[in-house]
Amino acid sequence: MMGAVGRFFAAIGHPVIDGIERLGFASRFFGLILLRSGTSLLRFGLVIREIFAAGVLSMLIIIVSGLFVGMVLGLQGYRTLQTYGSADSLGVLVALSLVRELGPVVAALLFAGRAGTAMTTEVGLMKTTEQLSALSMMAVDPMARVIAPRFWGGVIAMPLLAAIFSAVGVFGGYLVGVVLLGVDDGTFWSQMQAAVDFREDILNGVFKSLIFGCVISAIALFEGYDAPPTAEGVSRATTRTVVTSSLAILALDFVLTAFMFIGV
Amino acid sequence: MQRGVLDLWVGLFVAAGLVALVMLAFKVGNIGTANMSDTYSVTAQFDNIGGLKVRAPVKSAGVVVGRVSSISFDDKTYEATVTLGLDKRYTFPKDTIAAILTAGLLGEQYVGLDAGGSDKKLAAGDKIQITQSAIVLESLISQFLFNKAANGSAKSEPASAPAAP
Amino acid sequence: MSNDNLVEIRDLSFAYGNRPILNGINLTAPRGKVIAIMGGSGSGKTTLLRLIGGQLRPNAGEVRVDGQRVDQLNTRELYALRRKMGMLFQFGALFTDLSVFDNVAFQMREHTDLPEALIHDLVLMKLQAVGLRGVSQMMPAELSGGMARRVALARAVALDPMLIMYDEPFTGLDPISLGVIGNLIRRMTDTLGLTSIVVTHDIQESLKIVDYVYFVSNGVIEAEGTPEEILASTAPFVHQFIHGEEDGPVPFHYPAADYAHDLGLGART
Repeated sequence: MMGAVGRFFAAIGHPVIDGIERLGFASRFFGLILLRSGTSLLRFGLVIREIFAAGVLSMLIIIVSGLFVGMVLGLQGYRTLQTYGSADSLGVLVALSLVRELGPVVAALLFAGRAGTAMTTEVGLMKTTEQLSALSMMAVDPMARVIAPRFWGGVIAMPLLAAIFSAVGVFGGYLVGVVLLGVDDGTFWSQMQAAVDFREDILNGVFKSLIFGCVISAIALFEGYDAPPTAEGVSRATTRTVVTSSLAILALDFVLTAFMFIGV
Repeated sequence: MQRGVLDLWVGLFVAAGLVALVMLAFKVGNIGTANMSDTYSVTAQFDNIGGLKVRAPVKSAGVVVGRVSSISFDDKTYEATVTLGLDKRYTFPKDTIAAILTAGLLGEQYVGLDAGGSDKKLAAGDKIQITQSAIVLESLISQFLFNKAANGSAKSEPASAPAAP
Repeated sequence: MSNDNLVEIRDLSFAYGNRPILNGINLTAPRGKVIAIMGGSGSGKTTLLRLIGGQLRPNAGEVRVDGQRVDQLNTRELYALRRKMGMLFQFGALFTDLSVFDNVAFQMREHTDLPEALIHDLVLMKLQAVGLRGVSQMMPAELSGGMARRVALARAVALDPMLIMYDEPFTGLDPISLGVIGNLIRRMTDTLGLTSIVVTHDIQESLKIVDYVYFVSNGVIEAEGTPEEILASTAPFVHQFIHGEEDGPVPFHYPAADYAHDLGLGART
């Protein structure tokens, strides 16, 4: 009887203890990134390389997705608003949904899939092929030389990508709403400008995407760094990056939005 | 990849991101149209402000001339004190009337300013004397129903209270 | 402590968690010599290298490199010491996003303020020494296994270290590359006046080039001696290892329950 109970608690306890241990290591890892960021800031060329990898290479998917999301918002919004006779507010609907929620969140999800996985695989493979060991044996700190620049590259790229996503999305909504469905050009923009507040809507969106950039980069790099040095280990770590960062984005989005509503 | 090409691409990317931000700020947002950096404050007291909120627009003749900067309750007069931040470019006569109005039937509430005829102008810290409270839909409806009921009872007893012609 | 020994290891023990890997190892590497550490797969040879490099810390015992206690250094001192060490990893561990030239130049750029023109000349000299000046503009992915190993060797000696550690330098190479790497290890040691520690299980190739051999098995030094002594040794473990015999002190069968019992033959009686 005791044995069965003991086994039951052991079965629950082990994953919990493992999880807490991983969380602890992840937090220490995040602290280490910040602590060893000096080199990245002094040698900004390293960060520029990573902005290229995380930002420029994600730009295509962000622009295309942004355009389509905006166009769908235009179509759906028009149909719904038309039933209430207020198709003039289409601009408001498109802009607010993009700037407040869809821009930061969808761009972050795409970023996790495009750039986050690339970071995990790259770091995981560098570990597997002993490149990280080689660095530290050459008296070069891998945290400072490999991890920190990638982190800052992601943090810088994310808000810019989200802004591009929102801007392209608004343009997509404009294309469908004004050019295709005949909403008045002037009303579209003026209603939008009257309703969208720079600080409350746009800056809050930028702030959100900044947080998302931090979280995704940290998760992706941690998973890569922590991956078992085998092909299977790296592929599992890549999957975990997508799952963990997607969940983190959605949960954090709720928390941040709640904070912003209460805070303002 | 060559260093120069890399820098070029990253430069393009950052520029695109910043352009998108600026476009969001000016074309989508209201930073360009409602730049209220230079304002002066006047106060007004209302019996009831209804659903008026901080940062609601202050309009005169339909033009946004300022925003509500704060709302508080005065426990001496039991009235609401509303502070309005008005754009420095516009001045108003001392006897301007402030009213809380509603955009459309159910829309956002805003403060409307109706200019008076005085030669003296409102200055920072002044108080608008004449105000008109928000029309609260519930009280409007109850008033309407009350009148109906009163009319109905008047008709049934014509002798006691002759209705207005 | 004698100053003739660059590396001295005394009573070293190490365990991963509860799993003991090394148990009471004693080992010395005199300056200017090539030392081989041999043993089967999973015998803790690579762990030993990581302990010398300070990437792992021992549970007991001491590791001295150039008179410094590696196991007691803090991170800063450790990094200072590592600038005087080079390490050749099993498959080279070249940085895949840098060209061959940049790989060899990496440490010079990270740790010195040498002008780029001088770095250029130094890199080409190092590559010339391993016979691969011609591939300086290639990417590591374009190289064969043996060439990658040679580039990694050029990178390891970039800052003229006093100690080079080789982790399985002969694994997966064709006979020609094997001979080339072996001769390079010997020649680098003699011409640059450095000390080499080679971890390997390739007995024939390494016995040609090394000065002294340690056999590691089950976490202890099973045998040691010069190549001649090793070849003449009658110790059963050494004999089995050198001649590649299937069964001996290292059994062919992993310990298991009785064969007949496992097949269910015992139960049927």
